[in-house]
Amino acid sequence: MANKITVRASITCGLILAALCGTAGAQSARDHIYVVGSSTVYPFSTVAAERFGRGSEFKTPKVESTGTGGGLKMFCDGIGVDFPDIANTSRAIKSSEAASCAANGVDEVIEVKIGYDGIVLANSLRAPAIALSRLEIFLALAKQVPGKGANELVDNPYRLWSDINPNFPATRIEVLGPPPTSGTRDAFVELAMEGGCSGIGWIKELKSTDETRYKAVCHSIREDGAYVEAGENDNLILQKLEANLSAMGIFGFSFLDQNAEKVRGSAVDGVEPSFDNIADGSYSVARPLYFYAKKAHVDVIPGLRGFLREFTSERAWGDDGYLSERGLIPMPAEERAQIAANVLELVPMDLAGN
Amino acid sequence: MSESTRKKVSAGLARRRRKERVFRMTGLLATTVGIVFLVVFFVDLIGKGSSAFRQTFVNLEVNFDAAIVAPDGSVDLQYADFDALARNALRGLFPEVSGRGPLRELNQLLSVGAGYQLRDMLVENPDLLGMTQSVWLPASSNVDMLQKGNIDASIDASLRTISDAQLAWIDALQRTGRLELHWNRAFFTNGDSREPELAGIRGALVGSFYMLLVTLVLALPIGVAAAIYLEEFAPRNRWSDLIEVNINNLAAVPSIVFGLLGLAVFINWAALPRSAPLVGGLVLSLLTLPVIIIASRAAIKAVPPSIRNAALGLGASRMQVVFHHVMPLSLPGMLTGAIIGMSRALGESAPLLMIGMVAFIVDVPAGLSDPATALPVQIYLWADSPERAFAERTSAAIMVLLGFLMLMNLVAVVLRKRMEQKW
Repeated sequence: MANKITVRASITCGLILAALCGTAGAQSARDHIYVVGSSTVYPFSTVAAERFGRGSEFKTPKVESTGTGGGLKMFCDGIGVDFPDIANTSRAIKSSEAASCAANGVDEVIEVKIGYDGIVLANSLRAPAIALSRLEIFLALAKQVPGKGANELVDNPYRLWSDINPNFPATRIEVLGPPPTSGTRDAFVELAMEGGCSGIGWIKELKSTDETRYKAVCHSIREDGAYVEAGENDNLILQKLEANLSAMGIFGFSFLDQNAEKVRGSAVDGVEPSFDNIADGSYSVARPLYFYAKKAHVDVIPGLRGFLREFTSERAWGDDGYLSERGLIPMPAEERAQIAANVLELVPMDLAGN
Repeated sequence: MSESTRKKVSAGLARRRRKERVFRMTGLLATTVGIVFLVVFFVDLIGKGSSAFRQTFVNLEVNFDAAIVAPDGSVDLQYADFDALARNALRGLFPEVSGRGPLRELNQLLSVGAGYQLRDMLVENPDLLGMTQSVWLPASSNVDMLQKGNIDASIDASLRTISDAQLAWIDALQRTGRLELHWNRAFFTNGDSREPELAGIRGALVGSFYMLLVTLVLALPIGVAAAIYLEEFAPRNRWSDLIEVNINNLAAVPSIVFGLLGLAVFINWAALPRSAPLVGGLVLSLLTLPVIIIASRAAIKAVPPSIRNAALGLGASRMQVVFHHVMPLSLPGMLTGAIIGMSRALGESAPLLMIGMVAFIVDVPAGLSDPATALPVQIYLWADSPERAFAERTSAAIMVLLGFLMLMNLVAVVLRKRMEQKW
């Protein structure tokens, strides 16, 4: 009796396995758009994807947050339904990445700049505001800072904010920020730290004489506990800022925008991190965001052409568009019109010249 | 002699009793600390998450104006401006509002889902065209957060996500009974969304269900077969010892390693689709297999040898002994092991990261090869979202996940109790 049951059970299992293989085999065509890339662009890309999915007869695109580097690697691996159609990036594609794309047959890529994102240093609203310069950010967070002697570097001796500038409060330097795998961290290091670092005359000269050393000095963040790696979760940083009034946190402007009643962004070089200041370029710690699309996939993957148009439409990335409501800083209208026209014509970028 | 022993014992008695008391107190303290942590966790979770099960709706008299949605006679479901129907209805309540800025602020009270709801209504009942009907439409997440007390209306207007004018309108709507908290059905019927008020866990639930299905179908038969062979048929030698040690080691391998294995074997080599519950289920079966084998072997070991000997003595073959006697008796233990393994699989998110299931997927998966997420992944994605209203949804999703886990564990307990044999 029990014997029969088990035999029947194993036959059923076999059938189900066969069914599994059957469904897997049917994956030769893909009916949804596949987007990968930066976690900074993810909140914008997903909103555009959802609007596109709801407003069209096509399926909602699948958006995977892999980070800029990881996303471009997958994107450049080849042409075909197994590879992503679009890669979101929080920086322009590197020449090495463009070369790998071209080597794998991904030779026609449409580059689309979608807007800007600011990076802010913020603290709790209940704590006093601190207006910083990029030099002061560098001095507070660098691993090594200039010492007393000429061209001398010492391990960062600053413990309190008041050690850097007597006008600052005498609280411990404690900055919560993203880990090295994050694109936000890369951009922060490049824009804020290097921006401040190159303000020191002799270090700036290093750039032409000894670039490796220049990068090592400007890009190294201190590891003595003053900079705390808080993971990629911005909500976690926010909670810690609320609990610890002397701490500061680093995150994207879109996050500050959504939580303006809890945290305040510090002015950098005298400029407040506001929508308008980032849009007109006066706030220095801001970067352009991009996505890259494969021309060969247009009209092969259902809906890709429509999604490109949706993302670059005025109702998405315009001054009053739904992406700007999520914190994306729009480009000037002429630039938008220019890029949207390129997208409409599917003009590929020059991969070799990048 | 006995007198002196008694003296010795009574001299040490007080000390022994004190030691006993201290030991008991330590145990009690440990238990209390554990319970307190659990209670704090649950109170915090339920306190934060229970509000997500209710959602703010606005009552509007919507005119399904044919001039708007069907300007040329027929309704074009894709491009017709259903949002305008909701906007016009809201404007009808506040005729004094004019100017582009204020009107935009007024429209922001409604969720972007309002238009889609009206579209779905019209699809279901085409007779509505040209009629006016009272409809409860979802409010935007900012209004919802205000209603639930998560936005402080007393602070400076520039710091709030809701303006003073919007506060006044919300107040007016409330006074006329047009703003109410209702049961949040969308949370259980919708897939993911970037609009908190439209986001639901159906997609993640279905994804988790498909994955567990694949896991059950694969891991249970294979695990039980392996356990029976190793316990009942395999010769005891160095090789079987080696296999046993390795199965135990496999049970302790960090789950992310299985994700990497899944990426290399199932996606890159076998070319199965990325983000599919099929691949997720395959990876999770690798993860649960050692757990099921270990539990099943323990269950088989617990069957008394006398039963095997009796059956063999009456002339049964080894296979008959196994299928007629050993397996029925050890089944409760095997099933318990399987369910515990499956509960572990249900809570995993790390291996799914590698195979592309940590992604924004709106459509509810309809099959094993459709892109899907899983419950723990959905929790992770929502916890990372900047919009305030996702915080309560995160807690609510955790509650759903815990509910599922408890249900599975309950099934394990009931199965054990009902099928258990005592000797």
